[in-house]
Amino acid sequence: MAKKAPEIQDYQYGFHDKDVSVFRTKKGLTREIVEEISKIKDEPAWMLEFRLKALDIFNSMPMPKWGGDLDDLDFDSITYYVKPSEKQGRSWDEVPEEIKATFDKLGIPEAEQKFLAGVSAQYESEVVYHNMQEDLEKLGVLFCDMDSAVKLYPDIVKEYFATVIPPADNKFAALNSAVWSGGSFIYVPKGIKVETPLQAYFRINSENMGQFERTLIIADEDSFVHYVEGCTAPIYSTDSLHSAVVEIIIKERARCRYTTIQNWSNNVYNLVTKRAVAYADANMEWIDGNIGSKLTMKYPAVIMKGPRAKGTVLSIAVAGKGQHQDAGAKMIHLAPDCTSTIISKSISRDGGKVTYRGLAQFGRKSEGSKSNIKCDTLILDKLSTSDTIPYNEIMNDNITLEHEATVSKVSEDQLFYLRSRGLSEAEATEMIVMGFIEPFTKELPMEYAVEMNRLIKFEMEGSIG
Amino acid sequence: MTAVPHLQIKNLRAKIEEKEILKGLNLEIKGGEVHAIMGPNGTGKSTLASTLMGHPKYEVTDGEVLINGDDLLEMEVDERARAGLFLAMQYPSEISGVTNSDFLRSAINARRGEGNEISLMKFIREMDKKMNTLEMDDSFAHRYLNEGFSGGEKKRNEILQMMLLEPSICILDEIDSGLDIDALKIVANGVNEMRSADRGFLIITHYQRLLNYVKPDFVHVMMQGRIVKSGGPELAERLEAEGYDWIKEELGIEDETVNANV
Repeated sequence: MAKKAPEIQDYQYGFHDKDVSVFRTKKGLTREIVEEISKIKDEPAWMLEFRLKALDIFNSMPMPKWGGDLDDLDFDSITYYVKPSEKQGRSWDEVPEEIKATFDKLGIPEAEQKFLAGVSAQYESEVVYHNMQEDLEKLGVLFCDMDSAVKLYPDIVKEYFATVIPPADNKFAALNSAVWSGGSFIYVPKGIKVETPLQAYFRINSENMGQFERTLIIADEDSFVHYVEGCTAPIYSTDSLHSAVVEIIIKERARCRYTTIQNWSNNVYNLVTKRAVAYADANMEWIDGNIGSKLTMKYPAVIMKGPRAKGTVLSIAVAGKGQHQDAGAKMIHLAPDCTSTIISKSISRDGGKVTYRGLAQFGRKSEGSKSNIKCDTLILDKLSTSDTIPYNEIMNDNITLEHEATVSKVSEDQLFYLRSRGLSEAEATEMIVMGFIEPFTKELPMEYAVEMNRLIKFEMEGSIG
Repeated sequence: MTAVPHLQIKNLRAKIEEKEILKGLNLEIKGGEVHAIMGPNGTGKSTLASTLMGHPKYEVTDGEVLINGDDLLEMEVDERARAGLFLAMQYPSEISGVTNSDFLRSAINARRGEGNEISLMKFIREMDKKMNTLEMDDSFAHRYLNEGFSGGEKKRNEILQMMLLEPSICILDEIDSGLDIDALKIVANGVNEMRSADRGFLIITHYQRLLNYVKPDFVHVMMQGRIVKSGGPELAERLEAEGYDWIKEELGIEDETVNANV
């Protein structure tokens, strides 16, 4: 773990290639821009209508004041759509060289060669490379970018799109609904278990460019799917906005795991709405890692609608200098005997701020449901802070709710112990931090665990005074 | 490290907060030698161990410590370790989420330096071998570092680290406390296996018991933050039989602890 000097000297993901975009909208958000986005995408009328309605909702909603500080976020200075190249690359050969070079640096082709069933990598606003293995197709699994899904599978998209997160849910869901571009669409038919994780990489690679991807996953009865989304972003000097919407529908007895590692550069506002609906005996697991960004507000949710549904959120948040991670989870128990687990691990250092904000809701019919919540925070220095803000709404007397929160510091004795065995102060701190988040990293696919360790190692560098 | 290891402690004084605990301690340890420091509670024995390793709680106010001729007190804690010093601690810390084997490999590699890392296969072989000597269950490799270990398991784990890191000066701080007789024999076995001309030992203990299994070359008695009497193994035997009172009497000491006004 702490055996080698880091392989990365510079900020590994801080590179950015020459901008190859062929089209971008003007900065700011107007009705014309929304119409233009829809036109470029050659969308059906219903989607344009949806976008315009969402725009009105966005304009009518006030900025949320209950969470992180959004005062510096200027909607007029953001480019809402950038189209990276003329057409979507169907095979690797067709992908432009410069974009390939960027992917090379991210290691995507290797990752695919290793074990991934499908790669859809989002470059700027649109998926430019997407490849799905034939056997997946044979199983009837639909996996493509969201833009294509609107045209290829209009019936399924219409049936589920915005049913879990309607535009009026919150101001940023409305914004995403108006200007969304890219993201993944997955449909897994009844009884099909997709054994290898489906994967997409997202990056922001244009200054002042928003990224508003939209992901929709439907796991039909008795199916299983694991979707993995890795995210790294270059460093830029002006503020950038990432506002995604992820909707997941898990039918009876199906299971879905959604793994995210996000490493935004520290000027990005990361305001994401992620929500799943789980029917009877269905199982939803959010594995969510948040590193970097200026402000993250993200609370993956599971609405347990059917009896014995299960929800899990396992998350880590790392906040450094000038960063605020306002993250948590929402567990909504609406049926009998549902169970939910939240494990939240937060680290603040160098003046960073972490807030755990969570909701455990038990509806009138949630007889026999259980929720277990554990929030641990590790504070690395005196400048850094943490908050735990749990909300409980309980409408049924016959439920169990356990909540445990700990805040700890890296102790002098622990550091002394590790250093007395020859580890430098930085290596010792890193080892303690890695141990702290181990419950999270052990749930990641191998290559993500490796990347995660590298990112944490990078984050920890320079944090030792 | 070709020369014979050499630790020289000269007139060492150290305090915690504003309280002086070590009050002018002198001691010299060379490769091949086993020194035992004995003494009642509160005489500064563990402070000596922690101060030598560089615990930030203790402040050295006077004196000098040289390891192989280099100024130990100028070194950071990890530099001291890499210079060959090892402290088997009385109360080792627990580190959650870090497996014993990951930790051990990192520590070995920190000692070996970049570009000279131990191969995974060699590491596993070495670790298995040493764990056998210490009669440790295989599961220890995968358990989190000291987390949920019993007192005796922690002590064995300290010796395991010592065996794998192969330091040149080993300080054992009350490694015998909390061990039953079988565990004590196993730990002593590990220490004896490591005795060589390339390695010096400083064993800190309340009791003579451990010294039945690890024969010291020199025995020192610590009182009032200093070494007040030194001798051979026979000194330990006499202490076991007669206690410390005869020394206090001989030296005219009433209160042997560091609280005494001297």
